[in-house]
Amino acid sequence: MSDNDPTSETWQYAAAPEATDHILLDERYELFIGGRFVAPRKHDYRETVNPATEDSLAQWAAADSDDIDTAVKAARKAQRSTWGKMKPAERGKYLFRIARMIQERAREFAVIESMDGGKPIRESRDVDVPLAAAHFFYYAGWADKLTYAFPGTDPQPLGVAGQIIPWNFPLLMAAWKIAPALATGNTVVLKPAETTPLTALKLAELVQEADLPAGVVNVVTGDGTAGAALVANGGIDKLAFTGSTAVGREIQQRLAGTTTRYTLELGGKAANIVFADAAIDEAVEGIVNAIFFNQGHVCCAGSRLLVQESVADELLAKLKSRMATLVVGDPLDKNTDIGAINSREQWQRIQRYLELGVDEGASLYQTDSPIPERGYYCAPSLFTGVSQSHRVVQEEIFGPVLTVQTFRTFDEGLTKANNTPYGLSGGVWTDKGSKIFKMSSQLRAGVIWANTFNKFDPTAPFGGYKESGVGREGGLHGLDAYVELGRRGARR
Amino acid sequence: MSRDKESPRLRVAKTYKLFIGGRFPRSESGRYFALAGSGGKLTANVSRASRKDFRDAVVAARAAQSAWAASSAYLRGQIVYRIAEMLEDRSSQFAAELREQGRSQARSRAEVQASIDRLVYFAGWADKYQQVFSSVNPVASSHFCFSLLEPMGVVAVMAPERSALLGLVTNIAAAIIGGNTVVALASESRPLSAISFAEVLQAGDVPAGVVNVLTGYRAELAEHFASHMDVNALVCCDDDVLPPEGPATGTANNIKRLVDRSALDWRSSADPYLIRETQETKTTWHPIAS
Repeated sequence: MSDNDPTSETWQYAAAPEATDHILLDERYELFIGGRFVAPRKHDYRETVNPATEDSLAQWAAADSDDIDTAVKAARKAQRSTWGKMKPAERGKYLFRIARMIQERAREFAVIESMDGGKPIRESRDVDVPLAAAHFFYYAGWADKLTYAFPGTDPQPLGVAGQIIPWNFPLLMAAWKIAPALATGNTVVLKPAETTPLTALKLAELVQEADLPAGVVNVVTGDGTAGAALVANGGIDKLAFTGSTAVGREIQQRLAGTTTRYTLELGGKAANIVFADAAIDEAVEGIVNAIFFNQGHVCCAGSRLLVQESVADELLAKLKSRMATLVVGDPLDKNTDIGAINSREQWQRIQRYLELGVDEGASLYQTDSPIPERGYYCAPSLFTGVSQSHRVVQEEIFGPVLTVQTFRTFDEGLTKANNTPYGLSGGVWTDKGSKIFKMSSQLRAGVIWANTFNKFDPTAPFGGYKESGVGREGGLHGLDAYVELGRRGARR
Repeated sequence: MSRDKESPRLRVAKTYKLFIGGRFPRSESGRYFALAGSGGKLTANVSRASRKDFRDAVVAARAAQSAWAASSAYLRGQIVYRIAEMLEDRSSQFAAELREQGRSQARSRAEVQASIDRLVYFAGWADKYQQVFSSVNPVASSHFCFSLLEPMGVVAVMAPERSALLGLVTNIAAAIIGGNTVVALASESRPLSAISFAEVLQAGDVPAGVVNVLTGYRAELAEHFASHMDVNALVCCDDDVLPPEGPATGTANNIKRLVDRSALDWRSSADPYLIRETQETKTTWHPIAS
């Protein structure tokens, strides 16, 4: 081993844990309905667990369909009596205020996010929380400018939006959902994921402190049955869901043909395509970011590496070497690259896929970096020797598991990339601009990263083709999901 | 079957068939339905498309889609404009056909004229909607990021029952001008205009498969339109496909986009947002070297 071998002792990091002594968590959190924290009718409480330690962090209230209904009615009342009538510029000012307050409390939100969900503090601190604040700031400014977003129309709010968010970016997804809905004059009932309710509840506290009129934002924690009750509640005008394609399909079955509009952000199995003329070292960094960001709990993760055959050996060797340097461990340690898997259930799911891949005949490579004994952890993993029909290539694993396939020609790469029911994102690595445009225009996916991956911004529309969902979130296009384009003569 | 009123000769009646992949086949099922005119006299035997005909039409539409989408906006605009020219040329035929299907003379003429103008309207959008609806996204990081529209792919249209020509023309034009290909199911009670319009499409140099037109029973075909795995979007123009737990639930099979146009007034639906309703938004990020 040479001196600059990244795995040698000279490169070990000292522990650098983020302080948690400033974090105040209640023992128990209630539902946030109509501007107040209220107990669930059935007094059903559950625990949320820190996946890095398996310790309980707090109790949260499990809403039932009656609680959901109360929240929907509170949202309706607020939409009619205050929020819908408010001058758009004033609505915007509330959103600007929320953005600022998130920034003020950014570190607190980041630490709680990492404790509740297991993601590295570096990511919650540098990605999730700043982007959440940025989303509110971005949509705040749209509130009084909507006629410029939809020329020739008279955009009107839909009314009450039910919003169901996942556990991989809990606060950020709340911001993605709430900010555009409020900017356009809607009120919301937000249901966080059951494994990660805390930052949404903290956001509810913040909303209360920001003096937002009661009922404009309601946060109802609960499990899948609470989500189903929100979908089935006839009082909502719009349902926004981020989660699995299986649940998204059930939602579409339920809502297709009703007057409730829906947008769905669902699963993905993105191809990350590396051509021989790519800058290989940069591509390796991009591949690592694409699949190991947030433990691979990313719907747009670059989980299928497609590498041009002539550089496959070189690239794989460099990738394995780079993977060996990834630090798996305490999410609150600033040096951690890969934190804890979000829940026991998800950890088991990933383990099943790892076994399945081996059973299907693929070769599994995992780094042997040390892994804490307590908590749910998974070493960065990659499968070689896979083909298009393998389930680990076709199905979304939602973990730090990469499959590697090769291709010879442009067309073979493109065909393999598009050979999936999903179409959320894709990556292209090449030094040739014309090749980037040729590939990016033929990939059937909603977000294409060229010589980069997993970049997000409030101004950039995000969403899938095919079975990865319906509609866009973010940017000007993200407003569309929350307005009725009233226009003279053309609509009812 | 009507006789020519001005001369004793027997009029040659047209056989109304389906329009799939640029050809005019009968239904593979051999089925038909009789369309009665005023006084209950037979107007035509209309092909009654089957599920298999629909599937064949989707295959044709899929095969035509990528080349159609790759053609230039300028070319698509000219082709749709050419359809308007062909329709203008045959406007008296279409007016007479609408009359034969129960419209008044004045309304028939007005509908044909509006249909021609609608084609011209959408032809003009071909190279403009992208400029109106796409965006450059001022992201905070050092990237050039933009979002533009791409066609959804194969769009299935359950055309409006009442606006047999104008509604059909609007839906087809709005979809194909943006690079989609279409399988349309004609009005069941007024199906003749759709097939005659298919003849116009063929004469107008629309590439084979870009538009496919079926006639048949809506109640029979709706669930297949909704559930087909290789159709990207379903446009519904009447309520009958849309009731909760009705055929539209089948769109969930492949997360098909469902576009509800049941509340539209077809006379005033010259509207670029109809184009956008069958477009996807694609966002692309490029690093900017520092």
